[in-house]
Amino acid sequence: RHTLTLSAHIITTVTAGLQSGAVNVPAGFEKEDSIHKTLDNLGLELKDVKTNMAERMQEAGVVCSGDYKKDGTGRDLFGYVGIEAVLDQMRRKAMKTGFEFNIMVVGESGLGKSTLVNTLFKSKVSRKSCTPNFTEKIPRTVELQTISHVIEEKGVKMNLTVIDTPGFGDQINNENCWEPIVKYINEQYEKYLREEININRKKRIPDTRVHCCVYFVPPTGHWLRPLDIEFMNRLDKIVNIVPVIAKADTLTLDERRDFKQRIRQDLRNYSINVYPQTEFDEDPEDKLLNDTVREKIPFAVVGTDQEHQVNGKKILGRKTKWGIIEVENGAHCEFANLRDLLIRSHLQDLKDVTHKIHYETYRVRRLNESNGISKGLPKGNNLTVKEDVENNL
Amino acid sequence: MSTEKAKFPDVTGYVGFANLPNQVHRKSVKKGFEFTLMVVGESGLGKSTLINSLFLTDLYPERYVPGAAEKIERTVQIEASTVEIEERGVKLRLTVVDTPGYGDAINSQDCFRPIIQYIDNQFERYLHDESGLNRRHIVDNRVHCCFYFISPFGHGLKPLDVEFMKTIHSKVNIVPVIAKADTLTLRERERLKRRILDEITEHGIRIYQLPDADSDEDEEFKEQTMILKASVPFAVIGSNQLIEVKGKKIRGRLYPWGVVEVENPEHNDFLKLRTMLVTHMQDLQEVTQDLHYENFRSERLKRVGRDVEDETVDKDKILLQKEAELRRMQEMIAQMQAQMRMKPADNGDGH
Repeated sequence: RHTLTLSAHIITTVTAGLQSGAVNVPAGFEKEDSIHKTLDNLGLELKDVKTNMAERMQEAGVVCSGDYKKDGTGRDLFGYVGIEAVLDQMRRKAMKTGFEFNIMVVGESGLGKSTLVNTLFKSKVSRKSCTPNFTEKIPRTVELQTISHVIEEKGVKMNLTVIDTPGFGDQINNENCWEPIVKYINEQYEKYLREEININRKKRIPDTRVHCCVYFVPPTGHWLRPLDIEFMNRLDKIVNIVPVIAKADTLTLDERRDFKQRIRQDLRNYSINVYPQTEFDEDPEDKLLNDTVREKIPFAVVGTDQEHQVNGKKILGRKTKWGIIEVENGAHCEFANLRDLLIRSHLQDLKDVTHKIHYETYRVRRLNESNGISKGLPKGNNLTVKEDVENNL
Repeated sequence: MSTEKAKFPDVTGYVGFANLPNQVHRKSVKKGFEFTLMVVGESGLGKSTLINSLFLTDLYPERYVPGAAEKIERTVQIEASTVEIEERGVKLRLTVVDTPGYGDAINSQDCFRPIIQYIDNQFERYLHDESGLNRRHIVDNRVHCCFYFISPFGHGLKPLDVEFMKTIHSKVNIVPVIAKADTLTLRERERLKRRILDEITEHGIRIYQLPDADSDEDEEFKEQTMILKASVPFAVIGSNQLIEVKGKKIRGRLYPWGVVEVENPEHNDFLKLRTMLVTHMQDLQEVTQDLHYENFRSERLKRVGRDVEDETVDKDKILLQKEAELRRMQEMIAQMQAQMRMKPADNGDGH
């Protein structure tokens, strides 16, 4: 049984193989039910994807059937190569090495960041739960604090790092409060870059880069605030931003819908590119999947670590005098959608975009800087990347 | 003789001035009451909805909520809207002073200045009217009470809250209010209230203290006052939508998980806030007059006195300076004259 994130890629790789005429479709392929699950989670149906594939195969001139037909050249089309097995091997390797995931949470104090992270990963991974004698005092400047844990599920290990940003947006004067955050993100890219250009580099470069930045918007119900816009404008080009509406139990469904519309309008007006970014959709299937997500963001979430009994079942919720807000109930809030996006369907994609796009942008910029320096242009940092490379040589 | 006896009961020692309160009552009812309420808090905390719910009016009929771009450009505005409310023959002229833009900017360091200026201006105007010749119709536009909205999302007071309240507690009666209280469970609400009260004491902020009930009031009133005092700061929810619950139409908010009733004391402190305001309106006006206005007045008058002294001191200094200058000029002229006298002598002599 393949992992869910890899299923989306099966479609693309096999279709590519079909177009080049290299492979016939194995008979059991249509019964791939893990694809169903991925698509179900995101509200799509397999038949949409299938019709796409069928058209592609027709174009490629390949017949898909259980029969073993011979084509004109006399070559036997029954050739099950066994590409599937590669996926199994990848799976086993991945399980042995484990995954790394670095998530940053940004927002004013009291918006439920720590609680949400705990709820997402169903463990006490936040700064609040892990610091002894934790007091909720607002620090004078923005400090970044990282906590790492190894969590395990069904034999799959994940090294999860949560980067918290207490003090963001809490002061009277919040100008430049995003600078420590930008600095941190770039420092992680720098660390990775240095390791990469080393001659004797490690087999697995430790990845401390921020894969995802969850930005908490307070549920005012009006528009985005100047601080929100400033922050997201500066960070959408260096990290994947996922905006969420925090403590959404204060908005009725109508207010929630209007608020989301206004936020999306603001994002468009200020050209803020949040995750999933439209320009990184690799193909129409991706686009379809991501478009459904884009219509629903920002997700209105509620977090809690308390369980209550409802109809004989134990569920996570917040109990008030007028009812119980069930966190994992799609009719109450969109926590489940956020969890599915971040963990169940797009976790690998978040890492890929960070590595292939944000990190590459940083790398190109740094290497150009050092090229510029060698041509006598003014310096950016103290020690340049190119000098490092030359020193190593 | 007998008719007089019928009017005034023939109890020994009864003069009849016990009737005075009724006369005052009748006069005030005729005159009507004035009350100015200021509302301060970040945008999005439900201030307008709450004010509309409190007075069962629509003070903001065509409300336009500005987007971020406009917020970046603006400073804090002061908007005063007046409405006349009548209930059982008693007229209330209510002015609500709104402060849009407060706390919206990235840098909110200057956001209290317009507010303080407004309050001082009202005091100034009253002082001027009071010192004037025609004192018949002094309009009292002084701010009698300030509802300060605290966000329920934080863990207590924010730095901006503390700074603002410290600046303004000597000028106006502050009533802290926890907004959008439907986001808090009961336990969270108690914790937040305690935290806020602790921080208020810690920073030496003086909020409006409800007066204790007099000993001659009835037990019910005394108990009500005690309950009110214990509930500060009030955690409120506002709504203008009517929802049908168990056959009755009530004000509330409809969620997928239940209905929050605005006027249900188990759900929030809205009724307590309204009771407090209504029963203590007179006291709020008195404290404004006796404490805050007197403070302002003495400061102002002291300052005027100091200004006059400063001026006379300056005048002396200026005189001295002028004299010194004159002397210098005279010396210079004398020198030049001496030089000129010497020169022609030289030329003439030819040495």
